[in-house]
Amino acid sequence: MHLTTNTILICAGGACISSGEESVKEALERKIKEYNLQDAIEIVETGCMGACSLGPIMVIYPEGIYYQKLTPEAAEKIVEEHLLKGRVVEEYLYQGDKDKLIPQPQKEIPFFSRQVKIATRNLGVIDPLNIEEYIARDGYFALHKALKEMTPEEVIKVIKDSGLRGRGGAGFPTGLKWEFARKSPGDEKYMICNADEGDPGAFMDRSILEGDPHTIIEAMTIAAYAIGANKGFVYVRAEYPIAIERLSAALNQAREYGFLGENILGTDFSFDIEIRIGAGAFVCGEETALINSIEGERGQPRVKPPYPAQKGLWNKPSNINNVETLACVPPIIINGPEWFRQWGTEKSPGTKVFALAGKVKNTGLVEVPMGITLRELIYEIGGGSPTGKKIKAVQTGGPSGGVIPEEYFDTPVDYESLNNLGAIVGSGGMIVLDEDDCMVDVAKFFLEFSVDESCGKCTPCREGNKIMYEILDKITRGEGTEEDIELLEKLGNTIKDSSLCGLGQTAPNPVLSTLRYYKEEYLAHVRDKKCPAKKCRDLISYVIDPEKCVGCTACARVCPVNCINGEVRKVHEIDQSQCIKCGSCIEVCRFGAISKVSPAIE
Amino acid sequence: MISQSEIKKIVEEARKEALEKQDILIYTLHKIQDKVENNYIPEESAKIISKELKIPLSKIYEVLTFYTMFSTKPRGKYVIRICTSLPCHVANGREIIEAIKDELKIDFGQTTKDGLFTLEETGCLGLCGVSPVIMINQEYYGNLTPEKVREILKNLKGGEEK
Amino acid sequence: MPKIKSLEDLMKIKENTLKNVKMRELGKRGKIIVAMGTCGIAAGAKETLNAIVEALNESNIDDIAVVQSGCMGLCEVEPTVKVEIEGETPVVYGHVNPENAKKIVKKHILAGELVGELIVKQGKE
Repeated sequence: MHLTTNTILICAGGACISSGEESVKEALERKIKEYNLQDAIEIVETGCMGACSLGPIMVIYPEGIYYQKLTPEAAEKIVEEHLLKGRVVEEYLYQGDKDKLIPQPQKEIPFFSRQVKIATRNLGVIDPLNIEEYIARDGYFALHKALKEMTPEEVIKVIKDSGLRGRGGAGFPTGLKWEFARKSPGDEKYMICNADEGDPGAFMDRSILEGDPHTIIEAMTIAAYAIGANKGFVYVRAEYPIAIERLSAALNQAREYGFLGENILGTDFSFDIEIRIGAGAFVCGEETALINSIEGERGQPRVKPPYPAQKGLWNKPSNINNVETLACVPPIIINGPEWFRQWGTEKSPGTKVFALAGKVKNTGLVEVPMGITLRELIYEIGGGSPTGKKIKAVQTGGPSGGVIPEEYFDTPVDYESLNNLGAIVGSGGMIVLDEDDCMVDVAKFFLEFSVDESCGKCTPCREGNKIMYEILDKITRGEGTEEDIELLEKLGNTIKDSSLCGLGQTAPNPVLSTLRYYKEEYLAHVRDKKCPAKKCRDLISYVIDPEKCVGCTACARVCPVNCINGEVRKVHEIDQSQCIKCGSCIEVCRFGAISKVSPAIE
Repeated sequence: MISQSEIKKIVEEARKEALEKQDILIYTLHKIQDKVENNYIPEESAKIISKELKIPLSKIYEVLTFYTMFSTKPRGKYVIRICTSLPCHVANGREIIEAIKDELKIDFGQTTKDGLFTLEETGCLGLCGVSPVIMINQEYYGNLTPEKVREILKNLKGGEEK
Repeated sequence: MPKIKSLEDLMKIKENTLKNVKMRELGKRGKIIVAMGTCGIAAGAKETLNAIVEALNESNIDDIAVVQSGCMGLCEVEPTVKVEIEGETPVVYGHVNPENAKKIVKKHILAGELVGELIVKQGKE
């Protein structure tokens, strides 16, 4: 193993890859070779570094300089300037407030420095395809401790005492789940990892699988030892090809090193893991539907009880944990339950990974202690609004969750507090909404998702959600009535009570929670045919302000239906009967002369 | 077109990995669909799977039609999956959808006449940090604008003509 | 690859890899800067660089970073090397061939003594 002078960690998370990481890496390699530095400089592709809005990202060590928004040209310049001459290339540094250049935002910016990384401890730090780097960060030490120094009961007790709760959404205590599976009679049991992440806005599981696959393998093996399973499955959705590829490679390495297979670490415990791939069905994230899908059936949920711990995969006792939950297990085994409890609250100990998206400056993944307030999360860590517009609310928990208005942003983020507000922690997706977002539209949007994804097995979910969707659609078209709003509320509560699985039971939540806080927006849609956020197309019109229009013709040229009339240097006008409300004109007007009005002009 | 013997080979390999009777079915369907030129499961293939894995044909179609990623009809060489989840929606995803529909002159679920592109919706791809996002076959494209997406499509079309 | 069976096996991999991983982490004791301008490279700075890395490796020193920089403007005494240790005045050495490089690592880095005969400059610019 040769020592190197510089190491470049380049983020190869899905988001950076989609914004051009590969061509940046190629440019780096080409240029480094040109200067014959390939032996002195090491390039490591890591998992997601979390700050997806800045991608592609790389950090050059030993200095720890953080370069962002890279292009192949940037990479060439950095090789020539930074690596060869030791001069930091300022144009690709992180820019803080007032355009201040910050070469090491990891240390100075709250987005990075306020984080406590447990589940994501190795993301962006190690090469996910190198098992030895994982070991160097104490990887597989927890497995050694569990197998050689602890009984299965002791392992379960540590996890129970730590208070770790399921990070997939339900928040059920993990240790308790393991205990049920352990005590459930049966000589054959299964350990399953649920990597069918599907909540819109949540991508921590993908990032962990891509960036630190070994932690999932280690945790599953520990869990299998605790419950007494010899066979495991990771169920990954097919939309995550990079995660599948890296996990497969990691599984082979783990077998080679003796962390999987027969007689693990020389003990008499044997365990192996196989990958099963989904095929585009959101409902398979529900544990009994997931089991059906592994069995090669349609992914429809089963009636509970019996629970998977009693009758799961092939009717054998099975334990299912989510990716992020498992990623917390090895550090808890090494450091003990009290260590984990130093963060978070009494009932929600530890940390949680949140995916910030929507109208917030720093989008990406952040891991923070439970109990942090929404305000800290959205303003300090997230950096607030990127445009300066007023943030209106945050939507948490995706299609099963709800909205929380800005007035409640001082609420601590934990399972109970968010439930009290009619929202949920869920899988950790946080979509920030501002004054341009219409709450009826948001509710309709999520409901459309749930209607699409309903497996059709039980009537309340299949039919009820569809009717709710139709009512919402009517309201956004300006055809709703006040009775419709009442019906929405009634129907929502009935569907919650009577659906078979989690999908149906939570599908009305986005509607009920927006009704709770934003009833006046619903009423504006039905009474005044007005959309206060000016989002619902049927309720708005685009108009040109004759005072501001200079007649540059930019809007008329871009209009796809040619409905903007006017001569050069004269005030233009939109023909409302032809306008398709695509918004192209507003984008190109440099004089701010075009605006939206609601209600629509007849 | 994929030959019968190739399909048999895929099924044969899959059968070795099976633990229980049907658990390898979805995996096998993926493998075959990836190999078939038009990204779908032809009826003959389904029949071969049924015979080789001893699963009734009705059961195979039950599974095939449930999962959105499988198709029983021929699709384009490039299957474009547009994320229609909220994070992409609030990042002006609607304009991306319109640009793609306009560029290709097709709607969701349709294939262009030249057999190159099929347009589909997908749930969240988990790349919300760089929304709006689409996936073309196995590749992700993020931070899209209507202009960028038109360029990507034009490049793919151009590549085909050469 | 023999299968791993004991804590010792794990520790061995950890320590070996850590050397490499640590190189990229912050919080080092100091750094050695090798001037790699065209003049430096022409004078043999690449060999010097390799010698320093090797010497550090041999002595198991992992808290010193090796960094390249541009020309320090001391072309007549190339190859030049600057040693910066936390809390100490930076020292620039000249005519650092591989042999001298090893001497610098042994004396300055390991023992904390300056290599008098090679010093070109002391203190900040």
